[in-house]
Amino acid sequence: MYPFDYHRCASAEEAKALLAELGDGRLLAGGQSLLPMMKLRFVMTGNVIDLRDCEELRGIDIGSGAVTIGAMTRHVDVASSKELATALPVLAELAGGIGDPLVRAQGTMGGSIANNDPAADYPAACLGLGATILTTAGEIAADDFFLGVFETALAEGELVTGVRYPVPAAAAYMKFRHPASRFALAGVFVARAMDGLRIAVTGAGSQGVFRWHEAEAALTADFAPEALDGAELDTSDLNSDIHADADYRGHLVRVMAARAVRKILAANR
Amino acid sequence: MPLVNMTVNGRPVAREVEANTLLVLFLRETLRLTGTHVGCDTTQCGACVVHVNGRAVKSCTTLALSCEDAEVVTIEGLSDGEALHPMQAAFREHHGLQCGYCTPGMIMSAVGMVRRLGTDLDRDTIRDELEGNICRCTGYQNIVEAIRAGALAMADRPDA
Ligand SMILES: Cc1cc2nc3c(=O)[nH]c(=O)nc-3n(C[C@H](O)[C@H](O)[C@H](O)COP(=O)(O)OP(=O)(O)OC[C@H]3O[C@@H](n4cnc5c(N)ncnc54)[C@H](O)[C@@H]3O)c2cc1C
Ligand code: FES
Ligand code: FES
Repeated sequence: MYPFDYHRCASAEEAKALLAELGDGRLLAGGQSLLPMMKLRFVMTGNVIDLRDCEELRGIDIGSGAVTIGAMTRHVDVASSKELATALPVLAELAGGIGDPLVRAQGTMGGSIANNDPAADYPAACLGLGATILTTAGEIAADDFFLGVFETALAEGELVTGVRYPVPAAAAYMKFRHPASRFALAGVFVARAMDGLRIAVTGAGSQGVFRWHEAEAALTADFAPEALDGAELDTSDLNSDIHADADYRGHLVRVMAARAVRKILAANR
Repeated sequence: MPLVNMTVNGRPVAREVEANTLLVLFLRETLRLTGTHVGCDTTQCGACVVHVNGRAVKSCTTLALSCEDAEVVTIEGLSDGEALHPMQAAFREHHGLQCGYCTPGMIMSAVGMVRRLGTDLDRDTIRDELEGNICRCTGYQNIVEAIRAGALAMADRPDA
């Protein structure tokens, strides 16, 4: 890797101040996306600011009607949380399906959300549940947070501190994994949220995670897998690459959505 | 150059390192512990797995400086002198290796698996848990058998 200076901060505020002072710096959470991107020189920086001592950013808080998770909470801790398995099992399952156990031992929720990889899982949960992203500058609704491929509404020097997930009446996440990378070729999050039905799609969209409004309308009228057949999906907005072309990704989105609906129906039976 | 302090296989070490030194290079080139391998350097293969504060992680995707004050255990730290760790013994017994390149990572992942999930691991769980470790030789069958047996043997060795 190319040379840089290393710093360590014990709180989000300290990291924010250091970022401002240095001008050129990158936050290091679990490093499971940042270090590979630095090796490839997709990311160039003169300073790495390690957040691993920020204990205040770790933890899972089960409140009434919502679950709040700290940015530095590792995937393994979300996946194995007994409290979460009762309060919001869909999120524990989603975290348990990220990458492999070694990646889950270091990767964090905040890193995943700030990174906004177009095939990442957490953005689908945030958008699907209508979550609120908590930052050092305030709060951002998930609907306004994920702007495009590796792009978010975070301002320069703003840190994610956590995410507040409203607990839905029912939810399911289905992912078709790329067999080698384990990232989603298509992942669909379906939630019967308090404010209506929400469907978020990751892995497939050329601009990253998106809400499939046509399917939301179809399932609101009739919550059955067949209802999805009539829901339009514009495949010109989907990714085409060596792994899958847009038509195939569109097909996968439909299949994953139908599976998620079936899973919710089976759980409520 | 910044100084890093950590415990490696029970022994405290303090060395100067460049900030961009990956843990795997620190172990291999600075400490000359070459049991930890580099198979890909792109976070895919798991040949570089070591334990940091009890968690199995990919040392090619960890900065040495991030391990300040950490307890690091490598494959060299598993055996008790000449006596193999039960998981190592099971890999030998069950022919869980051919060329051996992936083996240190496999064993460190396997021990991590037992620490998280217990000693009675079914074969589906083992296969699922091996997602981050790639072997180009064995076809995995005997690795799975070795891990199942090694895990059961660890039940009799709570200190292992
Ligand atoms: C082999 C492999 C397989 C993977 N498979 C999957 C998968 O199936 N699904 C999936 O979703 N992901 C997958 N990932 C990615 C993984 O989940 C990463 O852990 C995650 O994307 C980034 O989290 P991190 O904590 O490692 O962040 P880092 O890599 O440390 O940081 C990522 C980015 O976020 C920034 N950042 C970190 N924390 C904050 C913060 N609090 N505030 C603001 N910015 C911040 C960093 O500066 C950096 O730009 C995989 C990774 C690997 C190596
Ligand atoms: S060398 Fe670390 S995962 Fe391959
Ligand atoms: S034994 Fe050769 S790579 Fe696994």
